[in-house]
Amino acid sequence: MLDDIDRRLLRHLQSDPAMRPAELAARAGVTPATAWRRLERLRERGIIRGAQARIDWRALGWAVEVSLRFTLDKANPRAFDEFLAAARAVPEVIEIQTFLGRVDVRLNVIARDMAHYQEVYRSRILTLPHIADIEALMHVAEVKSDEALPL
Amino acid sequence: MTDLDDIDRRLLRALAEDATQSASALGRRFGLSQPAAWRRLRRLEEAGILKGRRLVLDREALGFGVTVFLGVKLAAKGRVSLEDFERAVTAIPEVQTVQHVLGLYDYRLRVVARDLPDFERVLRRRIMTLPGVGQLEANVLLSEERRPGPLGA
Repeated sequence: MLDDIDRRLLRHLQSDPAMRPAELAARAGVTPATAWRRLERLRERGIIRGAQARIDWRALGWAVEVSLRFTLDKANPRAFDEFLAAARAVPEVIEIQTFLGRVDVRLNVIARDMAHYQEVYRSRILTLPHIADIEALMHVAEVKSDEALPL
Repeated sequence: MTDLDDIDRRLLRALAEDATQSASALGRRFGLSQPAAWRRLRRLEEAGILKGRRLVLDREALGFGVTVFLGVKLAAKGRVSLEDFERAVTAIPEVQTVQHVLGLYDYRLRVVARDLPDFERVLRRRIMTLPGVGQLEANVLLSEERRPGPLGA
């Protein structure tokens, strides 16, 4: 299992995944060789899976972001699979999540402006199969977005 | 900055999948010299389009078996300042993301916990005691995927 050194390394790496190895080691209070060995092991064990670039869609000109929450027609046993396959084909969908709760699926949809959003909503979202109900939450601001685990 | 060309889009797409690729590796992949690839990455960073990296960890292996999305409605708008709520909610370690939204709820939180009893503890002790918190709706995350978005194929 993980010990305190692993946890410290992961905590610092989480807060800044681009941190240089020497600085990471210093912050975690270990030698660079130890830090390197530990990180290698965490990667081998699949605990560190990698790193993804974060893209700011707003900076790219996609000013509107909406969370669309769907309940699906669960009388049809293929509803989930068919809905998800169709949603994957919509380029404006940047995130797909499934849930246990009142909401079945959530799609994160981006658009260039409200007129464009309306077009995407009408022509690509409302046409998705097996929708029973939709609710929309419009994103106003990201207050916290680091997605760090409390290690 | 919206004057991206095809190569910029492919670079963004490649980095969204794996941000550990070097400028020279990306250059080889897309037929650019290392300095040319590096200049493009630099430009995307300066334009704020590439805004850092997210470390991908195996949550389950680290003992976090449950992720819950909470819709939060503030009970007493006007009486509690949004700043007070935001300051308090972002300080909770188990709260991974906080989005201010418009619609059925005021905020959307992503909360991680070891298991359902641990989630209940976080909910009762930390979330329900936040200033101004009203109605809550919880949905347990079953699966998630990030899509490349409108960057072309």
